[in-house]
Amino acid sequence: MLKVRNLVVAAGTPSAELDIVSDVSFDINRGEVLGLVGESGSGKSITSLAVMGLLPHPHIWVRSGAIELDGADITEEPPHLRVERGHGGISMIFQEPMTSLNPVLRIGEQIEEAVRVHDGSTGETARIRARELLEMVRIPDARLQLNAYPHELSGGMRQRVMIAIALACRPQVLIADEPTTALDVTVQMQVLSLIRELCDTFDMGVLFITHDLGVVSELADRVAVMYGGKIAETGPVEELFRNPLHPYTGGLMGCVPDPAAGHRRFQTIPGQAPKPGEVPEGCKFAPRCSHVQPACRAGAVPPVTAGANHAAHCHFPLSRGEP
Amino acid sequence: MLAYVLKRTGAAIATLVAASIVIFIFIHLIPGDPIYVMLGDEATPEQVEALRTRLGLDRPLYVQYFYWAGNVLQGDLGTSIFFQEPVTVIIRDGAETSLLLACVTMVWIVALGVPVGVLAAIRQGTWVDQGLSGIAMLLASIPTFWVGLYLILIFAAHLGWLPSSGYPSIFEDGGLSNLRYLLLPSLTLAAPNAALILRLTRASMLDVAKEDYVRTARSKGIRPYRVVVRHILRNALLAVVSAFGFTFAALISEAVVTETVFALPGIGRMVVQSILRRDYPVIQGVILVIVCLYLVINLLVDISYRYLDPRVDLE
Amino acid sequence: MTSHIRSFLSVFAARPVALLGLVYLVTIITVALGADLIAPYAPEDIEPVNRLSPPSWGHWFGTDHFGRDTFSRVLHGSRLALLIGVGVVSFALATGVPIGIVSALFPRIGRVLMRMVDVMMAFPSLLLALGLIVILGQSVANAILAIGVIYLTTTARITYGVTLRLREETYVEAARSMGASTLWMIRKHILPNMISPLLVQASFVFAFAQLGAASLDFLGLGAPPEIPSWGNMLAESRIYITRAPWLLFYPGLMIVLTAFSLNLVGDVLRDRLDPRFREMLGNRQRR
Repeated sequence: MLKVRNLVVAAGTPSAELDIVSDVSFDINRGEVLGLVGESGSGKSITSLAVMGLLPHPHIWVRSGAIELDGADITEEPPHLRVERGHGGISMIFQEPMTSLNPVLRIGEQIEEAVRVHDGSTGETARIRARELLEMVRIPDARLQLNAYPHELSGGMRQRVMIAIALACRPQVLIADEPTTALDVTVQMQVLSLIRELCDTFDMGVLFITHDLGVVSELADRVAVMYGGKIAETGPVEELFRNPLHPYTGGLMGCVPDPAAGHRRFQTIPGQAPKPGEVPEGCKFAPRCSHVQPACRAGAVPPVTAGANHAAHCHFPLSRGEP
Repeated sequence: MLAYVLKRTGAAIATLVAASIVIFIFIHLIPGDPIYVMLGDEATPEQVEALRTRLGLDRPLYVQYFYWAGNVLQGDLGTSIFFQEPVTVIIRDGAETSLLLACVTMVWIVALGVPVGVLAAIRQGTWVDQGLSGIAMLLASIPTFWVGLYLILIFAAHLGWLPSSGYPSIFEDGGLSNLRYLLLPSLTLAAPNAALILRLTRASMLDVAKEDYVRTARSKGIRPYRVVVRHILRNALLAVVSAFGFTFAALISEAVVTETVFALPGIGRMVVQSILRRDYPVIQGVILVIVCLYLVINLLVDISYRYLDPRVDLE
Repeated sequence: MTSHIRSFLSVFAARPVALLGLVYLVTIITVALGADLIAPYAPEDIEPVNRLSPPSWGHWFGTDHFGRDTFSRVLHGSRLALLIGVGVVSFALATGVPIGIVSALFPRIGRVLMRMVDVMMAFPSLLLALGLIVILGQSVANAILAIGVIYLTTTARITYGVTLRLREETYVEAARSMGASTLWMIRKHILPNMISPLLVQASFVFAFAQLGAASLDFLGLGAPPEIPSWGNMLAESRIYITRAPWLLFYPGLMIVLTAFSLNLVGDVLRDRLDPRFREMLGNRQRR
């Protein structure tokens, strides 16, 4: 339904540019949650902005690749053009609910704005729909809160309002860029279960970006792991956790503290994520990989698969995958 | 909201009182004995003493202050030494000119500064932006009176289109067409301030454009024009509006010079002449009125800010 | 030393136009220092025969109503311009910075001091300057003082704001908890962080001081008329503007070029040192 193919995103000035996302491909189907996992700087947010058409030109742009929504080409299409051409709805919610709402406009107005664009409705109809949406995201006293200003709401409530705005766009795909990172743990769970519920109810595809593996295991159906601007591995969530192919994924799994294992040193992945400028020959993870071989540093890395829908880019995957 | 207004008004009044004390002390620090100014050098000691007692100038300073303050509150700002008329009358005569000049100038400043600033921000980096910003910086570097003198040279002396000095009231012969006397002075006064407002608007727009909520607005799919006006401009104007208080203060300051250049019978020119003539009651009264006006304007700006920005708390 | 110069000049790489401004300023400083040597005539030299004559080979900028050479007077005027600029900036920094720092670090005195600054800011700037001149008398020193007081207030406000924010920084708290003395903290943490915003502020103040001094001169309340200053020259030229427009042009041009160059340099510096202290400064600039 949402197809991203060989996406390359470049950044910089005409005289000094580099690729910060290279050859990224994934699919998201209706009713499924794809978790996009990676460290800071791995390119996950940029990828999501590229899908949305919100890359901050002129500094960052799509160099090559294609993004398709239900067959329509939406590469580098800003939201307002996407709406105009009827190419379907993608909505996004962001990491910082505290600053993501216009402080001088009432909540109701901000939701109605989105409603008006996507439903074409006006006045009272839009108002009623806005209230419906607030109720859908379980905001108490919806009618009252329509007149509230953002600063009068808590972080969790603001994030729900963001979700309401996202729903107003009647999206086929919802992109959630670390929506719960800035929230308290208790509120996190509420927002996550809300997202899951809405995904099921409206048969939306969800691209859920996070660096929290716990959240991924709870929420996602499939997972894509990004490293250094590339996709290292994709697969169903249980598969990935049980049977990681890529050493990086394996390392991530190993990093999760296991209460049952008793007192033990935390595992870490040695070294640091590469900066956008650094482009080592061959596999990007090679400098930090515990399974590295000379072949890894030479040339492109081939994909290997292990079962349906489970693939990774690695010369020497952890378990026995087939090229 | 009411509490906020009261609080701010209280603060303004306190500042006004403090300022009045400062003014009073200032005036009394001026060297030279006003009695001799009034009576001339040949006055006899008895005449001097008599006048001193009559004017209450032999009392201690703080007593004099309270007398003066008391009088002010009753609307009596003293009598001009030079004109032998109540200061309030003198101020009233000049008020029309100065207030009209200030208002017309403010209109120019907002009408020129804000839209052009928005334009420069939207076209950031292009030669439109560079050119406009450059012109703005140039205008902010030009002394007001120089602009004024040149405008007089071109439009009054050479082309004869506009008058170069004076200002007959719009309530007299000529009516509203007398406003043309204010055209050159108001443009002169507006130029550097419009430039500053332009740069402020531009900078504010660029800052706001980077905010997260602008990204949210775009993601909704609303048209770019609407994003700019409803989200960026609306928030950018907050900074601009709060600068109006300073702008007005700058206006008052520079009006002094502009009124001198164009020989306008306003309060600003009155201050300068009174200073040169050592007419203390006028100096005192006019400065007090100007400070009061400035505080009122700032108060109004602060209160209106509360309407514009719902985040402002009742601190 | 050269690395400092290089990093300073690199600031201008983004806006080469600003380099012109810098060049102009250096030129003006040279002119001011060497005015006696460069100027073809002494500023007081009178040639009644040649009064009010337009620019010519003998008198590049023409002569005034006394027959004095405008070019030489303009060159000498640069001295006063620089003197005023340096004087005002020095005064504003020397008074405003301590007031701001003290007010931020010692809240009890600070409240009082900042209130006083607020009261001073309640006076429109030129009026404040005029008032001071009236009391103190008319002289160059008093003009510097009068204008300096205006920018004392803005400098104090800025310094106050920056110091307040720095006080909240974790590393300052850490230093405090290690027993650092206040003086040491000021020297090591606060002042170094102040240099950028104050540098920018200084260039703008220098620019506005030119305009302020010119206004005072024009009103007859600035530098005494014997002293050749650009403002004085403009004031004297006023009655002759139709007959001798060059008297209006050249001194005014000098003021504009000087103020413009300073504004340009200040702007470039600010862009470079942005965004670190944009939030520290806030958006208020005062003329």
